[in-house]
Amino acid sequence: MKTGLKKIVFGLVVVLVLPFAAQGQTQDSHAGHSSSSQADTTRDPATEMTPMDHGDMKMQGGSPPADARDPNAYSGGFKRNEGQYALDPRYRLKMSDEHLFASLWMDNLEYVRARGQEWGAYEGQAWIGSTFNRLVLKGEGEFKDGKIQESRTEVLWGHAISTFWDTQMGGRFDYGRGEPSRQWLALGVQGLAPYWFELDATAYLGSEGRTALRFSAEYNLLLTQKLYLQPAMEVNFYGKDDPERDIGRGFSDGTVGLRLKYEITRQFVPYIGVEWSSKFGKTADIAEEAGGAKQETRFVAGVGFWF
Amino acid sequence: MRRSLSTISPRMPRRRFVQGLAAGGVMLGLSPFAHAAGAISERTRTGAAPVLTGTEFNLEVGQSPVNFTGNPRMAVTINGSIPAPTLRWREGDTVTIRVKNTLKEDTSIHWHGIILPYQMDGVPGISFPGIAPGETFIYQFKLEQSGTYWYHSHSGMQEAQGMYGAIIVEPRDTDPIRVDRDYIIQLSDWTDESPMRVLSKLKAQGDYYNYNKPTVVDFFRDVSEMGMSAALDKRQMWNEMRMNPTDLADLSADVLTYLMNGTTPAGNWTGLFRPGERVRLRFVNGAANTFYDVRIPGLKMTVVQADGQNVEPVTVDEFRFGPGQTYDVVVQPKDDAYTVFAQSMDRTGYARGTLAVREGLQAPIPALDPAQWLTMTDMMGDMGGMDHGAMDHGAMDHGSMGQVPMGHGEMNHASSSSKPSGMDHGAMGHGSSSAGPSKTVRHARTEYGASIDMRVDTPRMNLDDPGIGLRNNGRKVLTLADLHTVGGPMDPRGAEREIELHLTGNMERYSWSFDGLEFGQSTPVHFRYGERVRVILHNDTMMTHPMHLHGVWSELETPDGNFQARLHTIPVQPAQRISFLVTADALGRWAWHCHLMFHMDMGMFREVVIA
Repeated sequence: MKTGLKKIVFGLVVVLVLPFAAQGQTQDSHAGHSSSSQADTTRDPATEMTPMDHGDMKMQGGSPPADARDPNAYSGGFKRNEGQYALDPRYRLKMSDEHLFASLWMDNLEYVRARGQEWGAYEGQAWIGSTFNRLVLKGEGEFKDGKIQESRTEVLWGHAISTFWDTQMGGRFDYGRGEPSRQWLALGVQGLAPYWFELDATAYLGSEGRTALRFSAEYNLLLTQKLYLQPAMEVNFYGKDDPERDIGRGFSDGTVGLRLKYEITRQFVPYIGVEWSSKFGKTADIAEEAGGAKQETRFVAGVGFWF
Repeated sequence: MRRSLSTISPRMPRRRFVQGLAAGGVMLGLSPFAHAAGAISERTRTGAAPVLTGTEFNLEVGQSPVNFTGNPRMAVTINGSIPAPTLRWREGDTVTIRVKNTLKEDTSIHWHGIILPYQMDGVPGISFPGIAPGETFIYQFKLEQSGTYWYHSHSGMQEAQGMYGAIIVEPRDTDPIRVDRDYIIQLSDWTDESPMRVLSKLKAQGDYYNYNKPTVVDFFRDVSEMGMSAALDKRQMWNEMRMNPTDLADLSADVLTYLMNGTTPAGNWTGLFRPGERVRLRFVNGAANTFYDVRIPGLKMTVVQADGQNVEPVTVDEFRFGPGQTYDVVVQPKDDAYTVFAQSMDRTGYARGTLAVREGLQAPIPALDPAQWLTMTDMMGDMGGMDHGAMDHGAMDHGSMGQVPMGHGEMNHASSSSKPSGMDHGAMGHGSSSAGPSKTVRHARTEYGASIDMRVDTPRMNLDDPGIGLRNNGRKVLTLADLHTVGGPMDPRGAEREIELHLTGNMERYSWSFDGLEFGQSTPVHFRYGERVRVILHNDTMMTHPMHLHGVWSELETPDGNFQARLHTIPVQPAQRISFLVTADALGRWAWHCHLMFHMDMGMFREVVIA
């Protein structure tokens, strides 16, 4: 295995194993419970009760049984703001579930240093909308001397599909100084997986038959109420060569980062960290031929904030 | 969305909560009595709500400055005081209350627990359009009850900004509760931040105010105390489900200052007594978001009234109550001074005052109890220790618990608007409505989507659990099972019909609802005028919700269907299933909601139509 890829795989393993080591694992969420309730269940031969099969009881997820209760069954045909004793519809009661909320998160705004070079980088997300439907703006990029060198920006429509997951669809815009920009259609999911992994996986379709995939994962390990360690990784894949942007077909690059963050307030979080970035396969070859490096280790220091 | 994770410890949080300024709202140390009545635009009077009596009242809603924490802020107040003036009414009188709005936004006043015509109930959008800026609304109704109640705004977040006060309705006949002295103790919570901003933060990060999350340090301590395997086991379920075991309250002392009669802990509200006197303390929970656990170290409390209705006296050391609830207790203090201690359920802070023989005395303040993790009982209900003898086995299908064996899909309950179906569940062979509430769990079809983060299939139904943080603490703690309303139920009829609603939510998205449907997505709940209907509330969340149905009394019953107590605000614990009977004798449209203000606002709200 090439060294760069080894590092990424190592990083992936660290990111995935660490929380298990710290927190525990078991595939079956009920495995810890069924034994205790079996022990307590008294068998009454008169009623011939079968022991409870906890595998059937899902506390999260799942789909409704065919005869699930109708939540509108008790309305008696009445509607809000209409009919007997109702007020004029212009006085309709609108609680906050019908209001718009918005938030801007700058997860990382940092100073980066690698191989004697320095630059700035940012990564953030903003949204506006209701609880289940939002307009989402995601962006990541690098800048130097006050000018953006490289960036990936996505504008998406986020829709909640389950307790912890949203689908996102929209467009992505890649910009690179001195390179042609690329536009893509984007379709993906973002959410919170068991054991608190924040995952983000998106597929892209560009012009001229270009395709791409992006996957990222992040985890927060609380050392104290305010100090936490944040391992994170991201990997990109392209379906076609894109020589104008120095991209080769296949897995193109990956990053594994480890940031130590301290919440001065919930909304102001300075940090330091280190990031390993690597190019793979054909992309790595292209970089080598151009006299560049296939991988680098970066020192980062910055601040996260949101409002 | 940010997510933080954990391993937890029952250690007290290091953040020191805000003790507050001693002077509270009254700056410059002016005695509250020096204020001329009606001096509304000056600093807010706190700690000594004026008492208004008679049958004609003028209340003016406006803004006035307060300073509870060292940061001056504007509060929304009635007649310039926090709490608002205490209204002393008499059973049988007709009262007229003129409410003038000097704010730049709409306001309203809801008379919590008072039975009155729906147009006087004060809920904008349901009872009336609200009171516009500059307008005066005249409330008028006849008191057909006696006891301790309270009133507060039902507009925006004004209730959290200072708009709350107490009501005492003196009984027509002699009060069976004989005391020498009488105090209102109204507990509330204050935040220097705008409540709307607080809500926006919760929408962005549901656990924003939780500074008691499990950490790696806690994990290693657990490993050394109980071994690796037990420590892993302890966290496994929470990690799988992506839920937080310390999710006891949405707001903590990080952002709240806890007040007793509008006074901070440092301000030390004091009620005087003479040794040997019997003193009645009318406790009102007027907080927007806080459950309080109240006790007076060294002094037992005899609970004589709950939600304004007299109960058989029961003596306890401690009680818990949530926003909306009231408890009247009688105490007989003998020492010089006692601390009235009200710690918040998440153990991040407390409100306190003193009962003393003279001003300036203080008694020791107990330490906050350690915060506890929610337990299996709180998450899953009644998994292990099921009392099989009490269960109606005929109705339960153990092989597929949580699935309804009956074809309710075929019954179109919403088919007719004039004559609702009024199902008689007893006739359908549930085998339970004559004996008590149905124990078959029926989740709504809308409880399987993005608005829900858990469902409970084996709820607990006992009423004798004091709740998380109060179990086995060495003190006698009041439970719902200890309350027996004097005189029994107001209506001898049993339930003619039974309905079931689930309390639901998604903490990660900060969404709250009934049956997975937020208010904006919901249809009303219809009660036929005059019927006696059973309502089952099944809590599919990890938080305790104080459920308040306007307009009618909720007659709580035991799991066997026996009358327990008449209440207006019922706290439903995590994974608990309770039921109550309602005599639908009040025509109109009424609000029904969780009284935790942010839960209500985010959608745990329904409109009830009685027609």
